[in-house]
Amino acid sequence: MSHIWIMIAKRLGLGVVTLFVVSLIIFLGTELLPGDFAQEILGQAATPETVAALRERLGLNDPMHIRYINWATDVLRGDLGVSLANGQSVSDLIGRRLGNTLLLALYAAAIAVPLSLMLGILAALFRNSFFDRFANASALTSISFPEFFVAYILIFFLAGAGGVFPSISNFRTDPSFDEFLYRAFLPALTLTLVVTAHMMRMTRAAIINLLASPYIEMARLKGMSPMRIIVKHALPNALAPIINVIALNLAYLITGVVVVEVVFVYPGLGQLMVDAVSARDMPVVQGIALVFAGAYVLLNLTADVLATLSNPRLVHRR
Amino acid sequence: MGFLTGLFWLAAVIAGAMAAGWAFRTAVITVSPHGLAKEFRTMPLTAGFGLLMIAIYILVAVFAPAIAPFSETEIVGREYQPWDDVHLLGTDNLGRDMLSRLIYGARNTVGIAFATTALAFTLGSVLGLLAAVVGGWLDQLLSRAVDVLMAIPALIFALLLLTIVGTSVINMILVIAVIDATRVFRLARAVAMNIVVMDYVEAAKLRGEGLWRLITREILPNAMAPLVAEFGLRFCFVFLTISALSFLGLGIQPPTADWGSMVRDNATLISFGDITPLLPAGAIALLTVSVNFVVDWQLHRASGLRE
Repeated sequence: MSHIWIMIAKRLGLGVVTLFVVSLIIFLGTELLPGDFAQEILGQAATPETVAALRERLGLNDPMHIRYINWATDVLRGDLGVSLANGQSVSDLIGRRLGNTLLLALYAAAIAVPLSLMLGILAALFRNSFFDRFANASALTSISFPEFFVAYILIFFLAGAGGVFPSISNFRTDPSFDEFLYRAFLPALTLTLVVTAHMMRMTRAAIINLLASPYIEMARLKGMSPMRIIVKHALPNALAPIINVIALNLAYLITGVVVVEVVFVYPGLGQLMVDAVSARDMPVVQGIALVFAGAYVLLNLTADVLATLSNPRLVHRR
Repeated sequence: MGFLTGLFWLAAVIAGAMAAGWAFRTAVITVSPHGLAKEFRTMPLTAGFGLLMIAIYILVAVFAPAIAPFSETEIVGREYQPWDDVHLLGTDNLGRDMLSRLIYGARNTVGIAFATTALAFTLGSVLGLLAAVVGGWLDQLLSRAVDVLMAIPALIFALLLLTIVGTSVINMILVIAVIDATRVFRLARAVAMNIVVMDYVEAAKLRGEGLWRLITREILPNAMAPLVAEFGLRFCFVFLTISALSFLGLGIQPPTADWGSMVRDNATLISFGDITPLLPAGAIALLTVSVNFVVDWQLHRASGLRE
């Protein structure tokens, strides 16, 4: 049992190293910003004296590695600096919206994951049938659609004139759960449509890969029903690739959220990031990039660990 | 009832597309020489349709000034005019002719996406092949760097880099090219790794062939098929990323006509039941679908896959 924990510990270590390098890249963002950071903050009020004083206060005169360590310890303590645009604390700005973005991603995942698993199993069961071909063609098509196209098609048909759902899902105060489900339905559906096709195709491929194995043939010869063969015998062995694909798509949801949030004016991190990028508000962009990249690395890490644990050959190795 | 008419139109569109694909395939088979015609005969209808669409896009992009009734920036009427005889698709939020902007968009959006893909591809494949052939510390250095760059989600990384360098077309091309080059590098290196261990490469090395000759003469011809398919896929990704950035207002800047920002500018019309803003988005989707169809066919052919 111990070697599996060593393997997982190694993977965790690698994840920490990745996070460290990612944070380094994001930190370098401020270093590479053309012009003087202090000058940028002060704007009109920049005289040589105030700039020098601010440089001293922000510690910009320290060598780079000292500044990185200071920045990193601040980040670990939850202090991401202040926004250049309005002087608000970046942690507060992010904190207010992070929950919304996570909720939206969860909402979409809660629809997309069961749906795509089910469709994938059905496509494997009825492979080469009309249903399978149709599913494959729509998968290829939906991968090719820009997210905003899917979003606006949904708005066109399900919102607006004679529509049922609101085309704009901004809410100011905390909405009740039902209200949230209703208001965020279109963005969640858009994200679902974007990721379902890929997950479904990979689930189908992972299962079909196994159907040629001798033990499946054995099960078939025993006279088991095709559905039972796939669910009981093929699915457990196909879990590792399926988990990986799901994690990949959840990670994709995190970035896909940016465009979808802008379309639906959803008060999440993506919208905040887009605004900050056009205003070149570096601390805010840094903070959000750190959150997104961290979530992305963590998801991939979890997927690797789960895929390892789902393989009995690795868990019970002699 | 609405559902049934929708189904009918969907079926009609699919049938029309298939017929166009078939007609195009027949035309291509008759005009091309014998050897090439044999290749095209195996082409599925979807790929025929894809090739036809790509050809049309290229024609529109090249002859945009001749086809478009108005200039792309000229204000020719009131805002949001409905479809009529003069302005076939109406006017946009500033009163510019929608059809003309759609036609010029083919040139701008597709052209920029193509240039970006070409840049990403050159960068990624040259470095990937080099890493595979030279090996050792160069390979380690490049591979680890690419691993780290790929650990950050592409769109987020693009946004971060655009904040640093500022939003402009040139910056966007460079940023996306660098990010996508990492993906090309992975593939080029993996493909070349399998070729480098072949005997004929060993023989070429013993003959004393130089690095450049080794890459261009021995390895590249054998790595071409997967790389060409990757070029098509990469183009789709780059095209979608650029459209997304333009849609967010961070990519191609006005007044240049561009499909992503056209959707954004006219989006308000959608809530009033007007489909005009969907047209540029549909143009993006149609091109990516077409390229995907052709790539699918090529991949199928290259791998000799039979289901």
